[in-house]
Amino acid sequence: MNRFILPLAIFAALVALLGAGLTLNPREVPSPLIGKPAPHFELPQLHEGTKTFTEKDMLGKVWVLNVWASWCVSCREEHPVLLDLAASGAVPLYGLNYKDKREDGLAWLKGMGDPYRLSIYDFDGKVGIDYGVYGVPETYVIDKLGVIRYKRIGPLTPEIVKDKVLPLVQELGRA
Amino acid sequence: MAPWAFAKEAAPAAADPALEQRVMTLASELRCLVCQNQTLADSNAPLAEDLRNQVREKMRQGASDSEIVDYMVARYGDFVLYRPPLKLTTALLWFGPLLLLAGGFVVMLRRVLQRRPAQDFEVTASEHKRAAELLAGNEAERR
Repeated sequence: MNRFILPLAIFAALVALLGAGLTLNPREVPSPLIGKPAPHFELPQLHEGTKTFTEKDMLGKVWVLNVWASWCVSCREEHPVLLDLAASGAVPLYGLNYKDKREDGLAWLKGMGDPYRLSIYDFDGKVGIDYGVYGVPETYVIDKLGVIRYKRIGPLTPEIVKDKVLPLVQELGRA
Repeated sequence: MAPWAFAKEAAPAAADPALEQRVMTLASELRCLVCQNQTLADSNAPLAEDLRNQVREKMRQGASDSEIVDYMVARYGDFVLYRPPLKLTTALLWFGPLLLLAGGFVVMLRRVLQRRPAQDFEVTASEHKRAAELLAGNEAERR
């Protein structure tokens, strides 16, 4: 009997390892930007193209940057969550309209409601590249010193907002 | 989640063949973030195209290959590299196969050493006689 114990243990360990692997999402690439200063940008705003917005405008505040696009299917699913987050007033929410047509982006916000204080307009996706965006929607929590503290790849859900985003925002707000 | 899931083959832009060659050589070392089993060179996802443009632009500005690789790693992490660097977090990746091989050797060695050598045993005269009888096929002598 004894001689079966070792192979069985190895097998069980392998099953546990592979089983854990199945629960991970291979699309979620850990961002190297966590804990680093938010990359610099200065982009025109979506609504008023002559005005610009930069991450420096937000120094001293904890804020959330959400990358979205009218062509992005998951953004539709995420939108009510963003509207709720904005309505709660817990944290200022800014949008980055990624590789979109301006009129499409504006129509989207008009039709579905605009959760953002303002959105910036990244037509060629260069700022997206600087932020390591590869699967819209993505969401960043940035602290008072302008450091990225959290990144969510894929749509926010009410659970993620409640369990991750809001506690982090509160913690950072006290700091 | 990826609206650009239907990737086409990448079409080379042939403005400057030498530069293009360099772009594609480097791009084939980098992983496309959208279609994760394709290289940046193979993929025609919009992001891969943007990143190739970015690589091309940097090369025009005189950036070295390693500077461009650093640029990509700073944004997307080691994940973009098809040849991951040797670090504590990647040690298992690098040495795991060797460990398995070594483990296999240990198991094999133990089995071989545990195998008992064929025993010498004395054959008595009566046994010799019986063996000879059996070989001679003398059925009647049996039992």
